[in-house]
Amino acid sequence: MPHIQLNNDAPGIRSLVMYRPDTGKPLYELAQALLRAGSADSTLSDAERELIAAFVSSQNRTFFCQQSHAAAARYLYGEQAPVVDQTLENLETAPVSFKLRALLTIAQRVADDARTVTDDVVEAARAEGATDGDVHDTVLIAASFSMYNRYVDGLATLTPDDPTAYTAMGERMGTLGYVLPRPN
Amino acid sequence: MPHIDFAPGLPGIRGPMAFSPETARPLNDLVNVLLRTNANHPDSTLSEGERELIGTYVSARNDCFFCQTIHGSVASHHLGDTDWSLVQSVKQDYTHAPISTKLKALLAIAGSVQQGGKYVTAGQIDKARAEGATDRDIHDTVLIAAAFCMFNRYVDGLDTWAPESRDLYQYRAQKVVEYGYTHEDPYMPPA
Repeated sequence: MPHIQLNNDAPGIRSLVMYRPDTGKPLYELAQALLRAGSADSTLSDAERELIAAFVSSQNRTFFCQQSHAAAARYLYGEQAPVVDQTLENLETAPVSFKLRALLTIAQRVADDARTVTDDVVEAARAEGATDGDVHDTVLIAASFSMYNRYVDGLATLTPDDPTAYTAMGERMGTLGYVLPRPN
Repeated sequence: MPHIDFAPGLPGIRGPMAFSPETARPLNDLVNVLLRTNANHPDSTLSEGERELIGTYVSARNDCFFCQTIHGSVASHHLGDTDWSLVQSVKQDYTHAPISTKLKALLAIAGSVQQGGKYVTAGQIDKARAEGATDRDIHDTVLIAAAFCMFNRYVDGLDTWAPESRDLYQYRAQKVVEYGYTHEDPYMPPA
């Protein structure tokens, strides 16, 4: 049960932005700008952005965000969808590009302790072709999910157990993006 | 040295915000509504100064020098804390700081959020309510703490530069109090 009265029975962050559209609006605009548009010189696809979000949420053990963003990533990867679960299971052996692996390493350090993002991990990503925009977007995706995860868990929002609930969410996120639901 | 090529001379979060104005806009909207506008809502009992204290406390726990110094300076401005001693006492040990028991209960929640959302307990929520916190206050506390876990990581994850000058933070605090958080005003005082 959520820690506060949300007056709706939506799951996860959706329940929070319906309860408080004043903060929900910038939170969804940020997700849309980061996960769908990105920096001008960035080489990251929407699917890769969703995978970074799911990966950080998995590291933070926020099941709702992990499952919903993994579902969005699977939808956007299409035929390559299995790479999502392979990455969440083991980054070292997952069949992702060297560039994405290097960026996921940066994301991992941002989520854990941002002071550990050293010059050498950034250089390693650049050597694999990452641009300034890729580094920027990776750091801010990882930082923002360090916020979204804490917001969703800190208020103990409803987390569906049924995997099919997330498939529908992933398809909606993959097609419509981040559109604020109607407020309570 | 910062990890990416920002416009030189922009401190802290302003470097990445200048690099990415598309994300700067919702980030500033979020802090303006959370730290400023909501303080005036009828169901809120948290003042602007108290909201800034929560952000400062979380930033100190994350060891983010830029964020704890600028938000500490804004908190001090609101709370009449001219020598910054109140803010210092909250960062060092808020349980003995001269603040309300309600704010102490909310800072306990913020401290749990900083560790991870699942660390917040029903007991902490009950305690905050017993001290007079509304659901709105609890919501805002959790989101302020969560948001600073993002801002701190954005600032430190890109290894941005932070000024040392106390005068500059006090000058910036005045600007924030005057017109809010923006990525579009000139940062430094006129020469």
